[in-house]
Amino acid sequence: MSHDHDHAVKEPIGWMDKPDFVKRLFLFFYVLCGLLIVAELVLGTETAHPHPMEERVRFFLYPLYGFASFWFLVLIAKPMRKLLIRSEDYYDAE
Amino acid sequence: MLSSLPPFVLFFVGALAVAVTRGTLRKALVLAIPVIGGLNLWFGVEAGVHLQIELLGYTLTPYRADKLSLLFGYLFHVAAFLGFLYALHLGDGTPDGAVDGVDHTGGDRAGLQHVSAMLYAGSALGAVFAGDFITLFVFWELLAVTSAFLIWARASERSYATGFRYLIIHVVSGVLLLSGALMLAHETGSVAFEHIGLESGSPAGWLLLIAFGIKAGFPLAHNWITEAYPESTPTGTVFLSAFTTKVAVYALARGFAGAEPLIYIGTAMTFFPIFYAVLENDLRRVLGYSMINQIGFMVAGIGIGTGLAVNGAVAHAFADVIFKGLLFMSVGAVMTMTGRTKGTDLGGLYKTMPFTATLCIVGAMAISAFPLFSAFVTKSMIMVAAIEEHHYIVWAFMLFASAGVLEHAGIKIPFFAFFAHDSGIRAKEPPKNMLAAMSIGAVLCVLIGVFPSQFYSLLPMDAEYHPYDTTHVLTQLQLLCFGALGFITLMKSGVYPDEKRAVHIDAEILYRKLGPWIVRTTGSVVGRVDVYVRSSVMELVKSLLALTGRWHGSMGPLARSWPSGSMVLWVAILLAAYLLFYL
Repeated sequence: MSHDHDHAVKEPIGWMDKPDFVKRLFLFFYVLCGLLIVAELVLGTETAHPHPMEERVRFFLYPLYGFASFWFLVLIAKPMRKLLIRSEDYYDAE
Repeated sequence: MLSSLPPFVLFFVGALAVAVTRGTLRKALVLAIPVIGGLNLWFGVEAGVHLQIELLGYTLTPYRADKLSLLFGYLFHVAAFLGFLYALHLGDGTPDGAVDGVDHTGGDRAGLQHVSAMLYAGSALGAVFAGDFITLFVFWELLAVTSAFLIWARASERSYATGFRYLIIHVVSGVLLLSGALMLAHETGSVAFEHIGLESGSPAGWLLLIAFGIKAGFPLAHNWITEAYPESTPTGTVFLSAFTTKVAVYALARGFAGAEPLIYIGTAMTFFPIFYAVLENDLRRVLGYSMINQIGFMVAGIGIGTGLAVNGAVAHAFADVIFKGLLFMSVGAVMTMTGRTKGTDLGGLYKTMPFTATLCIVGAMAISAFPLFSAFVTKSMIMVAAIEEHHYIVWAFMLFASAGVLEHAGIKIPFFAFFAHDSGIRAKEPPKNMLAAMSIGAVLCVLIGVFPSQFYSLLPMDAEYHPYDTTHVLTQLQLLCFGALGFITLMKSGVYPDEKRAVHIDAEILYRKLGPWIVRTTGSVVGRVDVYVRSSVMELVKSLLALTGRWHGSMGPLARSWPSGSMVLWVAILLAAYLLFYL
């Protein structure tokens, strides 16, 4: 938060500037993730649609897949950047 | 009377009216035309052939309506209305985001933008109601020309160059379309636009597939999307994102449903852009890659070709126009108010633009396929169809790509624009008309997600599908929430790559660097060979001339004037020699 009184405009404070609130928000999200795991155990996996993992092990496939996908995406994108990155005026040059 | 006229006519006549009006009247016109056209289509137009002409022995069908074309017809009217509502403020003075006095919104070219958008929307309608290839070709090219003006309206040096490249690529697509259509007409004797397929192995089918594919952003032909969308005006990009690629999806659905290569082309399209989307800095370029990824799902669905898959593909096209339009609108609103679209320049705008931020998040949740939002009820049809047809690997790729969508469109776009680090920019909310257009878009995203059965009744194929069952909702929430958890761990561990002011090489290097380099290098090699050949020939000619000069020149032995005495002497010598040998 700015205490600069020369500022004509009052500096707005958003909820992201309140660490307690952000911490609570994260906590809420972690609890939600936990509930989604519990829900799978409670609700079972009966489905109206065919599924490739039907009749096979499908335990926690989706949470793992979602989590791993993000890491895989970033871990591939980073070396890709090293190979492909050029200066912003790369195409403007010449 | 209106129902017997092809839907594009209203837009073309409307464009003329928009061109000669100003102020409030023009604003009323641009809003009224899509509304009148849409109502007419909804209430007044039944499936069937409404207009047919005989020309040079061929039957042209400029106006043919069926469930497939009607669905796209409704969609384009909705998109045109939202686009014009979003652009309504153009010409009302310089926006806050003008940087160094440069208005990136093309506000002083409001008339040009409205007229070209009106013609562009009309061309898209003309294309989806075209019952023959000749009519389709005409609108295919008109789509290219009219939309190029929306890029040029930015009036920057870069937008001029981009607009020309865009135009050339689309004209090439048109030429391929015409060539394929003529070959097909030669084979079948008809120019009617029906199922084409690749079964016959005819090159005509492949030509048409490539023509459609260029407009749909097939791999290697995809960079016109990522080039053009970031270079247009904020309002222009909203129109660009709605029509061209969706006309291509329509054409593929009509012509190539069940063509197997499309499954793999589509899967590739869902896959590779998500890596670029992680890296790119310009948020409209990120959305361009996101567009290719979403079209990938549609193309794969068309390739699978079952009733459910094709329904999924066209339903997803419908949903995509709205949620992608909403995302482009929210980034466009940021651009209008700050003059910036890059992740490195933005952040913290949620404090002063809370409505825009909220609407952007709705679009982000819709594209990420959260339950109760539109993509949840559309994309899942394609994925279920993939499983039904035992394309398990394709399904696994699509599931990965779905997580990728959450990363770049669901999290990155709202996060870097409105949250992340505080950029210190304190921009106001955009004009009310922009907020209104975004709000309607957001409501539609939720309506489609909450009431899917009403939406499904508009789909062209007969296929039963119920998106809401416990497992689908649970597994989708698990995928998305744990994906988001992945994002949090990546951010907290510092592994997530920073936004960088840079470009990342893509296939466009082929025509922006390699092509010109080949031309230049070939030119210089040919030039050098030319100089060498010319100089050696000149040397040869020179030495021949010197030789000739030596023998035949004025002092040469063969041209010298000899005294007659020496002639007599030589004759005497020859005679003496002759006598000597003879005797």
